Amino acid sequence: MIFGVDVASMLLGGVAAGMVLFIVSVGLSVTMGLMGFVNLAHGGFAMLGGYAIALAMKQWGFGFGTALVFGFVVTAAASAALERLLYARLYRATDLDQVLFTIGLVFMMIASVTLLVGPENQPLALPAMLRGQINLGFMRYRTYSVVLIVIGIVIVSGLWLGVERTRFGAQIRAAVDNRRMAESLGINIARLFTITFALGSGMAALGGGLGAEFLGLDPQYALKYLVYFLIVVAVGGLGRVSGVFYAALLIGVLDFVLKKYVPQGGSAFIYVLTILLLLWRPQGLFGARAT
Amino acid sequence: MTPPPAGWADHPAAAALAARHRLRAWESIPWALALAFYFVFPKHLGFGTELLVTTLFAISLDLVLGYAGIVTLGHAAFFGAGAYTVGMLAKLGIWNEPLSGLILAAVVAAAVGLGSGLVLLRTHGLTLLMLTLCTMALLEEAANLAHDYTGGFDGLDSLPIAPLFGVFEFNPLYPKTQYLYSLAVLFVCFVFVRTLVYSPFGQSLRGIRENMLRMHAVGAPVRGRLVLCYTVSAAIAGVAGGVWAQANAYVNLGTLGLDRAATVLIILVLGGYGRLYGAFVGAVAYMVLSHVLSKIYPTAWQLGLGLLLVVIALFARNGILGIAEAAVRAVGRRGAGALPSEASERP
Repeated sequence: MIFGVDVASMLLGGVAAGMVLFIVSVGLSVTMGLMGFVNLAHGGFAMLGGYAIALAMKQWGFGFGTALVFGFVVTAAASAALERLLYARLYRATDLDQVLFTIGLVFMMIASVTLLVGPENQPLALPAMLRGQINLGFMRYRTYSVVLIVIGIVIVSGLWLGVERTRFGAQIRAAVDNRRMAESLGINIARLFTITFALGSGMAALGGGLGAEFLGLDPQYALKYLVYFLIVVAVGGLGRVSGVFYAALLIGVLDFVLKKYVPQGGSAFIYVLTILLLLWRPQGLFGARAT
Repeated sequence: MTPPPAGWADHPAAAALAARHRLRAWESIPWALALAFYFVFPKHLGFGTELLVTTLFAISLDLVLGYAGIVTLGHAAFFGAGAYTVGMLAKLGIWNEPLSGLILAAVVAAAVGLGSGLVLLRTHGLTLLMLTLCTMALLEEAANLAHDYTGGFDGLDSLPIAPLFGVFEFNPLYPKTQYLYSLAVLFVCFVFVRTLVYSPFGQSLRGIRENMLRMHAVGAPVRGRLVLCYTVSAAIAGVAGGVWAQANAYVNLGTLGLDRAATVLIILVLGGYGRLYGAFVGAVAYMVLSHVLSKIYPTAWQLGLGLLLVVIALFARNGILGIAEAAVRAVGRRGAGALPSEASERP
């Protein structure tokens, strides 16, 4: 019985972390799948969004929920402007130019936040009802982790419905599968991509805010977790919402379990696994198309 | 087979191809400047050594990125492999003779390059980028875990490096030996790389960069060439790492980190990749700027660096040397016709 509770608590913690990973990474996967754009600045949008949320709560006394919405809207708007002004010029450029451009962008984000807010970690005070523990019937567990799982399920269901059941979602799927064909059928790819990019960055902002409780929030966030976001995308396959979801849960649980039992060297195991997996399936575990 | 038309050697293209590899007068300038630095700035030789090592590392990256077109974010893996080879051998008292230590560093780094290259270079695009990143992260994690041998996070310091030729001591306070030693190693490696890129092998790398499908079609062993190029580049990066460890008498996890890999990429792109001397120009520009600025305004330096990268990616894809070449060509057109420069063979 004790063992069962242990396993359940580990799974819950891992799944909660996986939900945050999913919320941050899903936009990255879709933009990479849609335009083949290597966007290393995605973690930067998560960091900026997290800051918007934390500052809105601290400076202007926003509630947690309102602050999340605020962070989503601000980051989505800012990223849409950046996409139109700068990203759009580089869609046909080489991987190298895209890598350099987005690394430059990350540096600028980190430096601006350090200059304007400061280099220290920003504590994000959760509302009282989210702190403490909740009784799940068979065990007590941290309320916030359970809330994260619920939010994650709501978001993934919403995204799934949006992608599978709406006209806009069908356009995204068409463009991921065959961009030129979609374009010649009259789908406005440029507009589609701006909207997707903005939504993806907004999601990253949500993830930055929701995950700040256990990932922390400082300017280096933008680079610190980038490898993890990229691993989730590469394992999940480009442009696949469901693939990213499974991959994020897998990595989240694996990371949680490994950190507990092998505190040193847990990440090495994830790197090895990623390398082997990508050699076996370069298109990712759930991706259908060769990259 | 039809014989080549009579007088083909007089064709301007043939003449340009035949003269491509010849030494030009200006190619002596960087070496003269490097020697002059030794006499003019005796107090800044530590910085000079760092500059030379960085240049060597950037040259090794130029071979894979600029000539073979492999985009990698994990080149510091080989720098670190070389540095740790020298560091661990010296610390454990197995081997501390500098020159043979460098050869060992090159061999180990080349082995890492060959092993990873054999598997990584099956992929391309994002997958390749991710795999290079993961390989480097894995090595860093391994070095962190094996702290009994590598010193873990703290690294290994006070490495007992033997005097060069048994005479010239590596004194960390007066790095005269280090400077001249790094310069000599850089020169030897540079001559090797220069010979390599103008050889048929180098030409085939350029072919692979420009059009891999066509190189397959004409029967070139594309993967073999890429793996070989990756291995050679890894060996040179390992030498750079080895020199770095010997000159500073320590190694730490920073030699294997993403920071170092990103920095060398930035340096190469800043100078201009695929053009040999881009590494020199980029290293000098970057290191001098960062040396002066990063101590006074570290955050503003990062902001400026980011801006610079964005501008380069958007407007100046060939770096400082690219801008200089475009200027020379513009002047040349106005004056006495186009200058035959290496830029003319790039698209």
